[in-house]
Amino acid sequence: MSDHNYVPSSKLGKWFNDRLPLLTLSAHLKEYPTPKNLNYWWTFGGILTFCLITQIITGIVLGMHYVAHADLAFDSVEHIMRDVNYGWLIRYVHANGASMFFLAVYIHIFRSLYYGSYKSPREVIWIIGMIIYLLMMMTAFMGYVLPWGQMSFWGATVITNLFSAIPLFGESITNWLWGGYAVDNPTLTRFFSLHYLLPFLILGLVILHIWALHVPGNNNPIGIDLKKPSKDTVPFHPYIVIKDLFALLLFLIVFAFFVFYSPNILGHSDNYIEANPLVTPAHIVPEWYLLPFYAILRSVPDKLLGVVAMFASIFILVILPWLDTSKIRSAVFRPLYKQFYWILVIDVLILGYMGAMPAEGIYLLIARVATGYYFVHFLIILPILGNKEKTLPVPMSITEPILGGSAKPEMVKKNFN
Amino acid sequence: MSDQKKPKRRDFLFTASYALGAVGVGAAVWPLVDQMNPDRSVKALASTEVDVSSLEPGKSITVLWRGKPVFIKRRTQEEISEARAVDLKELKHPEKDEDRAKNPEWLVMLGICTHLGCVPLGDKGEYNGWFCPCHGSHYDTSGRIRKGPAPTNMEIPKYEFVNSNTIKIG
Repeated sequence: MSDHNYVPSSKLGKWFNDRLPLLTLSAHLKEYPTPKNLNYWWTFGGILTFCLITQIITGIVLGMHYVAHADLAFDSVEHIMRDVNYGWLIRYVHANGASMFFLAVYIHIFRSLYYGSYKSPREVIWIIGMIIYLLMMMTAFMGYVLPWGQMSFWGATVITNLFSAIPLFGESITNWLWGGYAVDNPTLTRFFSLHYLLPFLILGLVILHIWALHVPGNNNPIGIDLKKPSKDTVPFHPYIVIKDLFALLLFLIVFAFFVFYSPNILGHSDNYIEANPLVTPAHIVPEWYLLPFYAILRSVPDKLLGVVAMFASIFILVILPWLDTSKIRSAVFRPLYKQFYWILVIDVLILGYMGAMPAEGIYLLIARVATGYYFVHFLIILPILGNKEKTLPVPMSITEPILGGSAKPEMVKKNFN
Repeated sequence: MSDQKKPKRRDFLFTASYALGAVGVGAAVWPLVDQMNPDRSVKALASTEVDVSSLEPGKSITVLWRGKPVFIKRRTQEEISEARAVDLKELKHPEKDEDRAKNPEWLVMLGICTHLGCVPLGDKGEYNGWFCPCHGSHYDTSGRIRKGPAPTNMEIPKYEFVNSNTIKIG
């Protein structure tokens, strides 16, 4: 990359850059060679960065008006909604922003699954991403507790009780998490503290995620290694910046629709009832983005094993780079994997739906089958498929099939969207 | 080289420094971990006294003890005999009703489903006891788990009759 030799044009810039090479960094970010065939599924990295910044800014503002106390929290949220100038807007952006954040992160993760972006040499990018995802779930869960409504309280009770399944230490651990013998004020104040902290940890990990990305460079829709810079790459600025911004605008239309036209559709009406430790709502449902894991938890009849299965379903993603034995990255050249990929997508959607339904009868049965398939996909199908599958021929470069060369152009063409 | 077997004075110093450092870090971290445990003000609320003189047979009240709901049920004769007639072999978590309710008329127990901590509803379910709406656990008139995902019976807290009208929980 040429930016190692970058020399600022002004004298002051050179003076500063010799002491702290920030200008070299910014030059690198501008010139960063990017595969020229990146499609719109690659724009979600930028969208996710936007989501994180939005959550942090709206969150800091909400923290100026919110009161973290069991007696005052619920009223302080209503105070934000009714009295604080634009409080309703800021809170709705923050609440729906969490959902938008997860929507974008799921698309981002499934893009990676389709194009094999988690494979060598990008395993560390993937693992950092999974840690970010886990922190996102923790942050979202604790944030949902803060309004201290019925779903906040009982969601917190059910989720923290998961740890009571741990043999021998279960009760001490839950009491330690609660700071008492049930979810109460000490739980609320510590959740507020951690909910404020974790996004900044996520921000730090995002920087590592991007740093790790800039070492090997982006994967691309045909999943081949590129020479950089070359005919196959374009500089990040302005090409990718503009494309990312355009995608962000489209994303913001969806975001704005939720915020302005149905701000509560993704929430639960029971959370507008203040927390009452004596009455449990009839149906406790987590936020939509946690439903597939909730379905896995409930589909196992044993309490401890259910908790183990739920955590295993997340951990299994962390070791995915070693479960998928195929050397070919992109599903474009893996006809069988492509089919299993779509079955997995449907399987996860089914799990999400079952997580919202009562755990009984036919729903429970379907949830069990879907849970089983989820693990079969990662633990059995992927390791075997890598050795058995007959993959299609992969072109040597992005431009080769167009500008001549030996690969079949019609095969690669469909990737130029 | 023979010094592989014989640790040098310097190796000893390194190991001793690491060990002392680890102890120091542990001692510094422990207060940060322990501050999350139930504090003195929470523990100070360890017992609650409840006046039950106005409770009619067949009725129950729910009181808060340590932030948790406690069911105090004055059971009817039918409910008592139903609970005592159960064959222990039918139970997932076998406990005699005699052990759960020392004074058969009064059942005092934590109103917390042992599955994931919801509050079961009274006079509901297939065993005329309690029913948990969250994940469908059925409890009998002694608060014992009969059907559903909960692993154990609802817990009996420590309690005593201070006088004939007052129960002290905790």
